[in-house]
Amino acid sequence: MSFIPNTDADRTAMLEAVGVGSVAELFHDVPAEYRFPRIDLPSPLSEQEVLSELDAMSGKNADCGAHPCFLGAGAYRHFIPSVVDFVIFRSEFATAYTPYQPEISQGTLQAIFEYQSMITRLTGMEVSNASHYDGATSTAEAVIMALNVAQGQKRRVILSAGVHPQYRAVVRTYTQGMNLELLGDDADSGVEELAGMCDSSTACVVVQNPDFFGRIIPPRSLAALAEKVHACGALLVAAVNPISLGLLVPPGDSGVDVAVGEGQALGNTLSFGGPYLGFFAFRREHVRKSSGRIAGETVDRSGRRGFVFTLSTREQHIRREKATSNICTNQSLNALAAAAYLALMGPRGLRKVAELCWHKAHYAAQRIAQLPGYKVHTGEFFNEFVLRCPVSADEINRRLFQRHGIIGGYDFSSEFPGRAREMLLCCTEMNSREEIDHLVTALSEVGNA
Amino acid sequence: MPEALLFEKSRPGREGVSVPRCDVPQTSIPDSLRRSSLSLPEVSEVDVVRHYLRLSHLNYCVDEGLYPLGSCTMKYNPKVNEAVARLPGFARLHPLQDPSTAQGAMALLFGLQGMIAEIGGFHGVSLQPSAGAQGELTGILIMRAWHAARGDAKRNRILVPDSAHGTNPASTSMAGLAVVEIPSDRRGNVDLLRLRAQLDDRVAGLMLTNPNTLGLFEENLLEITRLVHEAGGLVYGDGANFNAILGVAKPGLMGIDVMHFNLHKTFSTPHGGGGPGSGAVGVVEALAEFLPGPLAARVAAGGEPRYEWRMPSRTIGRVKSFNGNFGVLVRAYTYIRMLGAEGLRAVAENAVLNANYLQARLKDIYPVPHGDRTCMHEFVAQGKIAGAPDIRALDISKRLIDLGFHPPTNYFPLIVPEALMIEPTETESRETLDSFIEAMRTIAREAVSDPALLHDAPHSSPVRRLDEVKAAKELKVTAG
Repeated sequence: MSFIPNTDADRTAMLEAVGVGSVAELFHDVPAEYRFPRIDLPSPLSEQEVLSELDAMSGKNADCGAHPCFLGAGAYRHFIPSVVDFVIFRSEFATAYTPYQPEISQGTLQAIFEYQSMITRLTGMEVSNASHYDGATSTAEAVIMALNVAQGQKRRVILSAGVHPQYRAVVRTYTQGMNLELLGDDADSGVEELAGMCDSSTACVVVQNPDFFGRIIPPRSLAALAEKVHACGALLVAAVNPISLGLLVPPGDSGVDVAVGEGQALGNTLSFGGPYLGFFAFRREHVRKSSGRIAGETVDRSGRRGFVFTLSTREQHIRREKATSNICTNQSLNALAAAAYLALMGPRGLRKVAELCWHKAHYAAQRIAQLPGYKVHTGEFFNEFVLRCPVSADEINRRLFQRHGIIGGYDFSSEFPGRAREMLLCCTEMNSREEIDHLVTALSEVGNA
Repeated sequence: MPEALLFEKSRPGREGVSVPRCDVPQTSIPDSLRRSSLSLPEVSEVDVVRHYLRLSHLNYCVDEGLYPLGSCTMKYNPKVNEAVARLPGFARLHPLQDPSTAQGAMALLFGLQGMIAEIGGFHGVSLQPSAGAQGELTGILIMRAWHAARGDAKRNRILVPDSAHGTNPASTSMAGLAVVEIPSDRRGNVDLLRLRAQLDDRVAGLMLTNPNTLGLFEENLLEITRLVHEAGGLVYGDGANFNAILGVAKPGLMGIDVMHFNLHKTFSTPHGGGGPGSGAVGVVEALAEFLPGPLAARVAAGGEPRYEWRMPSRTIGRVKSFNGNFGVLVRAYTYIRMLGAEGLRAVAENAVLNANYLQARLKDIYPVPHGDRTCMHEFVAQGKIAGAPDIRALDISKRLIDLGFHPPTNYFPLIVPEALMIEPTETESRETLDSFIEAMRTIAREAVSDPALLHDAPHSSPVRRLDEVKAAKELKVTAG
């Protein structure tokens, strides 16, 4: 099945109109020796067969619906109201392309405008773009924006070790041709040490809050860091958890210049890592150095309100090699899901979800801290915390899954050699007390060497 | 009817969700950490449903009709893709789960890497890049890393034909390399003389979109790739237009060293109003260890195959967090499994036939600068009408909206004045193409008889032409 409506009769008539004898002749510009090669693929399947095959593949995965899950570390299992799927299922949103023709794309444009408005309010910033690919690329784009704000005159970028290791990796990948000095993440530095690295050659300091280890940087410390960063003429970039902002002081209130982060938690499924969206919000003065699409309000010829993409002179299709980024579109459908989610939650719903995450994670931490052999990191945290285990985290996770069907925490050993006995445990509103109690009992059992 | 903003519908106290009660003992939350207020809309569930349903009515989409946006490959998106992507074993899978608990997903990724490699004639494929532009950046970084690994540090220039998408030069700049533009010749190919003149030991490579944005297959493709290789450079293939040669030719065998595939174009995943997409990258053997990871790898373990993550040994690094746009990859996998090799070839054949049919029937009404050549999946006409000197491509595009069609890409490629870039795709029927041809004929007549009708178009859309200057000047980018 190729989803092709042309019949043999159609093809014959069309070839006649074109004036060629066969379809194959249309490809005469393709070098003859390379034309129509053998392609070794499995035989085609009907819809019934493909569904059956994919259903079987799906069934080989132990998913977080069928198993209690305490994994977070940048991707979070939250409840998604049914309305969100209803919205993103609409063909008018799902099967349109980026709004090149605004007159027949007002649905997408207004939805993006509203998304931007909700993101700025959530983060306490002034402008939001239409989204980047994910939290990691948003962070990289924030670094590049800071370099542009410094007009290429500053080459130092300070990355906190508390920034998600994969975000830091993507920042390094994106900037590998830019001859930068990237430092700060070789040791676990506090805000004062980060401020100490900041000098007049620094374009930006990047932190994460709550950081990758779950720790909250108190608003006062963040504001103090912002002050020192600004005194050096640099920007402060903060990657934040959007659900936490239902409850916690937003980055804009602490002097942060660019607030970025992974937007998946807002109404998007885990889907093994994507597609997600990277939100990207910043202070208005930097708008012309920013990257990504931005929807703006205007009027049509008869004076009616309407929306268009604006400031496109920053973008690749106009500026080509001088563009602020190579990004072409955005994660529109994921941003739509995020917007619908935020609209449904409203300020109280989002606060309640954030409070549930807080209470459940703290309940779990308090219970686990009482278990012999386990040590819970102390200090303020939101929805996840570092747990030191009596044996390797890998072993704990294996036993949790094999003996109890529980998907355990993030095993640090994959990206932090030397921390093999630590894991990052996460709770959200999806973890019932029963699940948490089950985890505690199971940890107690599997912790024996 | 215009739709009010969610913020304008907000009423204090209205709620759109019910959140479960807390079933654990509560732990106090310090006031110093709490935000003082959050001004999100306060709306009911029915408000949200009606709002987005009404907004949806303001959009045109490919499920409604022809969307001949050149270089965007707006083909039909099979519904089965959506059903598969939402299977719980895919949708509810955490990206950091131990691969042993996600063997079905790992098998799918491994299978898709292999199928894309086979289709493109490549040795290795990374499914990590999120979109075409990110695939380009990935490819250029791979080329840069390959030269660096050979100790060839002076190669800092990328040659880009003048017909290229803007993302090509932008991606090159992001990778820290300089762009050198190569003009096209009179037949729409890369100008070989000008190419030769630039080929020296400073060239890291050439970015080539083939078929190019004029909808033409490079007649000198083998000569071009040979020349670049002889000069020590690599050839990047921009796969934006791969739908034209799907199953017809393997770029990896014709001298393309690295290429991105737009899974949202060629492999039928929905465009989502601008994303998500996927820009999987394929490379020849010499570049395979530079790919971004992690990749899905099969481990020989007796009977049942086992899959693990593997980071290529000389990787340029990660280009996104986690495992690529998995939900998009599931859809592309499903599509390829349904079509098989012969189905894929039928896609290209019918896409190219449809485009040539449109070109043949439109070129007596609208100038087609390269209309003497067989086009591939698209062609570029000009929005110029004899006897209507004031009519521009924009006016024709806007009038098409009134006649029920999404307009073609306009004003691109930049090298064709008043460009109308038309790509029908293989999923449109002859009757649909005939009705589009009829609409284009009608517009050509109206342009002469009633030019104001075109200048004022569209008349039937939810809003009329919008003031983009005002939007940029006043810059209102959030609700009041």
